[in-house]
Amino acid sequence: MLLEVSELNTYYGQSRALQNINFHVDEGEVVALLGRNGMGKSTTLKSIMGLLKPHSGQIRFNGRDIMGLNPYKVARAGIGYVPEERRIFPNLTVLDNLKMGIKGGKIDKSNPNAWTIERIFEHFPFMKERTHQKGGHLSGGEQQMLTIGRTLMGNPRLLMVDEPTEGLSPIMVKEVRNVLEQISKAGIAILLVEHNYKMAISIAHRVYLMGKAHIGYSGTAAELEADAETRKKYLEV
Amino acid sequence: MEAYIAQGMHGLAYGMVLFLVASGLTLVLGMMGVLNMAHVNFFMLSAYLGYQVVAWTGSFWLALLIAPLLTAGAGILMERFLLKKVHAFGPMAELILTMGVAFIISDGVKAVWGTQNLPLSPPGSLSVLVNIAGVQYPAYRLFLIGLAVAILLLMALVLYKTRLGMIVRAAVADAGMVDALGINVPLVFMTVFGAGTWMAGVAGVAIAPILTVSPGLAAQMGMDAFIVIIVGGFGSLGGAFLVAILCGLLSAFGVQFLPQYASVLLFVFMAVVLAIKPEGLFGEKES
Ligand SMILES: Nc1ncnc2c1ncn2[C@@H]1O[C@H](COP(=O)(O)OP(=O)(O)O)[C@@H](O)[C@H]1O
Ligand SMILES: [Mg+2]
Repeated sequence: MLLEVSELNTYYGQSRALQNINFHVDEGEVVALLGRNGMGKSTTLKSIMGLLKPHSGQIRFNGRDIMGLNPYKVARAGIGYVPEERRIFPNLTVLDNLKMGIKGGKIDKSNPNAWTIERIFEHFPFMKERTHQKGGHLSGGEQQMLTIGRTLMGNPRLLMVDEPTEGLSPIMVKEVRNVLEQISKAGIAILLVEHNYKMAISIAHRVYLMGKAHIGYSGTAAELEADAETRKKYLEV
Repeated sequence: MEAYIAQGMHGLAYGMVLFLVASGLTLVLGMMGVLNMAHVNFFMLSAYLGYQVVAWTGSFWLALLIAPLLTAGAGILMERFLLKKVHAFGPMAELILTMGVAFIISDGVKAVWGTQNLPLSPPGSLSVLVNIAGVQYPAYRLFLIGLAVAILLLMALVLYKTRLGMIVRAAVADAGMVDALGINVPLVFMTVFGAGTWMAGVAGVAIAPILTVSPGLAAQMGMDAFIVIIVGGFGSLGGAFLVAILCGLLSAFGVQFLPQYASVLLFVFMAVVLAIKPEGLFGEKES
C-alpha cells in the first residue's frame, strides 16, 4: 500500500468534519473519492497534506508515518497536492510557477524519470508559448494545467487532485481527463476528488463514496457502474 | 531655488529611511499575515544599541554593522519562540503578542537608557557640507540616501534574481501553497522576519544622527510606516517604495510651505488615496 489512512478524525473547532475515515491507495492506482458538496472530501486531502492537523488516526505513506508533519515534509515524502481553488502564483511567470515545484530548486539528474520543464511542455504545449506571462493572465483551464504541471515538477509518487474540472468547459474537462490518464500511465498514483462522475469513473480503478464526514461505500469502478442505487444514495442531488 | 533642493534632498533621505522600515513591515504582513506592531520598536532598539556601541568603541561604522545584526537576532528570536507559538490561536493573538513585545522594548529602552535624548554623532568624515548644484548640503544625508539605495538594490536583486526571492514573492501570494510544494516555509518566514528587522535596524542607526536617539523614535516612525504600507497596498514593495518617497517629500515640503498643516498632510494624503482606491495604490483587491 502506498497510502493508508486509518481511523482519521479531523475537527473544525467543535464540529467533526471527518469521522473514522479508512481508505488506501496502492502504487500506480487511480482512486476516486466522490460525494456531494460538504461531505469532507477536501478536508480529507488537506488532512493528509498536513494543511489541517487531524485530531486522531493514522496516515502512512510508503511505509512511513506522515501524520502531523508540516506540509513541506509531506510533499518531500512524495505526495503532490493540487488544491481545489487552483492556487497558482498569479504574480509569478508560468516558468517560475513551474520552478516553484522543483524540490530543492534543482532537477535531480540522477533520476532518469525526473520531470523537466521540457517534459512538462510536451504534455502542456501552450505553456511553451507563454513561459514569461504572469500566471494570473492564464484562463481557468490553463491555470488548472499549470497547477498540475507545477506539482509534477516535484516528482510525486501520489498525486492528490481536488476538483480539477470545476468551472471548466467540456473541452477542457476532456483535456484534464487525458492529462490525468497520461500521468497515471507514467506510473504515478492518483487520488482524485471530482464532482464530474462520468469523468472520474472513466479513469478510476476504484472508488470511495463519502457521506457526511464518513466513507460509506468502497468498490471498483465497474461495481459502482453496475450499482445505480448506491450512486443515487451518495451522488445524486 | 536652493531651499527647494535642500528640502527635496531632506525629503528624499527621510523617504528612503522610511522605506527601509516599511519594507520589512509590509513583507511580513503580506507573507505571514502578521501586522508586527513591534517592528518600529526594533527600529528604535537598534538606534539605542548603535548609541551604546559608539559609546563603548567610538566607532559609528561598528555601530552600523553590529546594532542591526543584534536587532535582527532579537527579531528572529521573537519569531521563533513567541510568534510561532501563538500562530495556532489566530491573527488576533499574533497582533496582541507583537503589541506586547512593542511595550517590552519601549519600556526596556527607557529602563536602560532613560528618557532623555541621546546624541549620536555621524563619523567625522561625513560631518561636512558638500556643494551640490550650488547648495551646501550635509554629506551625512547624502551617505544616508546612498546607503538606502544600496540596500534597496540588494533587496531587489535577491527578490527578482534568486530562488529565495521567487519563493518569497510566491509566499506573499500564497504561503500555504508554497509549503505544500515542499518548501520549508517556516524557515523562509524566519529569514524574511530577520531581514526585515535587519533593515529596520540599519534605518534606526542611520537616522539616529539626524533625529537623535529617544523613546519617541518608534512612535514618530511608526505612524509614517503604517501610512506607507496602508497607502502602498499590503504586501506591495513597489507601492511601499513609491509612497515612502512621496511621504518623505510631502513632509519636507509641507514643513516649508504649510508649516501649520504639515502634521496632518500625510493623513489627508492617506484619506484621499483610500477614498479612491480602498485596497491601496498597489494592493490586490480581496475577492
Ligand atoms: N475552514 C472551515 N471551517 C469550518 N468548517 C469548514 C471549513 N472548511 C470546511 N468546513 C466544513 O466541513 C465540511 C466538509 O467540507 P469540505 O471538506 O470542504 O467538503 P467537500 O470538499 O466534500 O465539499 C463542510 O460541512 C464544510 O462546511
Ligand atoms: Mg471540496
